[in-house]
Amino acid sequence: MNPQASAEAGLTRGMEAPKLRSRPWAATLILIGGLLALALGVAVSVSFGAADIKLSVVWTSIFHFNPDLTDHQVIREVRLPRVLGGVMIGAAFAVAGAIMQGMTRNPLADSGLMGINSGAGFALALCFAFLPNLPFMYLVLYSFIGAGAGAGIVYGIGSMARGGLTPARLVLAGAAFSALLTALSEGIALYFRIGQDLAFWYAGGLAGTSWLQLQVMSPWIVAAILAAVALSRSVTMLSLGEEVAKGLGQRTTLVKIAGTVIVLVLAGSSVSVVGAVGFIGLMVPHLTRYLVGVDYRWIIPCSAVLGSLLVVFADLAARMVNPPSETPVGAIISLVGVPFFLYLARKERREL
Amino acid sequence: MPRIAALDYHSQRRKRGLAVMSILSILVVLMFIVSMNTGYIRLTPMELLNTLLGRGTDKQELILLQFRLPRIVISVLIGAALAVSGAVMQGVFRNDLADPGILGINAGAGLMVMLLISFYPTASAAPAYVLPLMAFVGAGATAILIYALSYKRHEGIKPIRLLLTGVAVASGISAAMIVLTLRLDPDKYQFVATWLAGSIWGTSWKYVLSLLPWVVILLPYVIYKARVMNVLNLGEQTATGLGAHVPGEQFRLLAAAVGLAAASVAVSGGIGFVGLVGPHLARRLVGPKAQLMLPVSALLGALLVITADTVGRRIMQPSEIPTGIVVAVIGAPYFLYLLARTKA
Repeated sequence: MNPQASAEAGLTRGMEAPKLRSRPWAATLILIGGLLALALGVAVSVSFGAADIKLSVVWTSIFHFNPDLTDHQVIREVRLPRVLGGVMIGAAFAVAGAIMQGMTRNPLADSGLMGINSGAGFALALCFAFLPNLPFMYLVLYSFIGAGAGAGIVYGIGSMARGGLTPARLVLAGAAFSALLTALSEGIALYFRIGQDLAFWYAGGLAGTSWLQLQVMSPWIVAAILAAVALSRSVTMLSLGEEVAKGLGQRTTLVKIAGTVIVLVLAGSSVSVVGAVGFIGLMVPHLTRYLVGVDYRWIIPCSAVLGSLLVVFADLAARMVNPPSETPVGAIISLVGVPFFLYLARKERREL
Repeated sequence: MPRIAALDYHSQRRKRGLAVMSILSILVVLMFIVSMNTGYIRLTPMELLNTLLGRGTDKQELILLQFRLPRIVISVLIGAALAVSGAVMQGVFRNDLADPGILGINAGAGLMVMLLISFYPTASAAPAYVLPLMAFVGAGATAILIYALSYKRHEGIKPIRLLLTGVAVASGISAAMIVLTLRLDPDKYQFVATWLAGSIWGTSWKYVLSLLPWVVILLPYVIYKARVMNVLNLGEQTATGLGAHVPGEQFRLLAAAVGLAAASVAVSGGIGFVGLVGPHLARRLVGPKAQLMLPVSALLGALLVITADTVGRRIMQPSEIPTGIVVAVIGAPYFLYLLARTKA
């Protein structure tokens, strides 16, 4: 099976079941209901914690801030940035995953495939091994640089080839290069015996999110999500197959480059802040596609909302399972998400 | 005329395939010899020959026959088994990213090993012969669980559902492992991490014997099924139209692939990369025809693992680098080079 043939086979497989429907009503419902649920989740998450704080206090701390009250301080400085970080990261991972799956037409694709997770992980391993005691902000910065370098190299290798960058080639280059970086990080971790520290960082946690990080991150993530929504029409076309998209007059190379940059910004910044909570990017787009159909104009915004929702509630659960210590949020997301995903995989009404 | 051209093309392909196979076989034999001579204690080629003929000292015999040889044989066997297993998975799922781990084999084995280790007071207290057995049980049980979860009445198994179920179950197991990881003490963690990174540690003839039946039976079986794999590659509808009993064939091929991978994972840990990249390399060297691609995959896998194992033992003597890491470090650049050079 050569990659090209498999891509074409994927197309015919899609044709076998002509259920290429879109469900705008469901999508609208998800957007409105999801946002309401998200607001509720944020409120609950802010009020719940080691110190229990009433919702009314949460309200006043946000709108009538009084720096003398401890509760207000806790909410402003610890809980609020954490929850907002969760909202942003969930949306970012989910949208990045949706774009990856649409562009590569591979149901197993997520932002990890671009070498982003492994690039960030490799940079972190280097930092932990050679520059211990590095301040937190520098760790974030270096792992973002690592993510960018990983994605750049994968993209470069993929497009260096004769015949240019095909989705199949991008996926393979990503998988191979990620394996290489992961192996190197594993080697470093074993040699310097820093595996457990790395695993903890990598397993994901929102605990350290600060206003400064949010300030640095938020303009990029918001801009990238808006760009993703603007690009969604083209992603839908690309998801029908490269030839089809070209035939419909699309400049596919341009769309792919734009998509890659968006994925890099979204996933790169999120990975560097919370670690590789990769399952969101894989699962949420599938879930959304099942709910709203195959039109990426709906999938992308709905993925963003559902991704945020998942992370906010998973973070809440991570704090509730074993207080006062925290369970890695990435593990919670997988444990919550897997049964649900299994249920979806069994349902008849799903397309790729 | 076109017919003659087609014949020409096929005979060319076959010639190229045979050439690639013979070169690879020679390389495997060469690596075998180099590997026998690699280790903490050096043996001259003459000593090597004498020991093999049964005329060496006791110490030389012990090193060569009891330590090095079983390990080398194992690396050849698992390399071939994992690569062929990966080729079958990629063929049946028709997905380039499928590898033996896709049915949860690595994750299941890893979880079992981690659980087992966490029950013992220290990592070395766990009895060595139980580990591979439990790993095998974990791998097999996970594969069966995934298969059962994606089975539906009236329509049986669909590859896409099996694929997604596999991914989901594997990530669930990984999540459980992360939670466990954070509670292990550093020494145990180091042991499990080395295991997960893939290292050949079953270094006695016992493990060779436990691996051999799987490889000897299942590898020829899969190659015997090469024609079926060619047909399955055309898509389910075409394959059915050509008279293949698609669900049955898929099941048999997958069962064989799971058997090969589980037996290998039990003695070697997570050397998953061979299964992903071996078949792709083979396809780029000899084309997609399974009759050529499968044997070439097996040879490439064997070559990759035996080379990686040798290098891993050589570089940082007397400590070792886990083979899985070396496999990726050697295999990935070569694969990326081929990917950039050849047309899809």
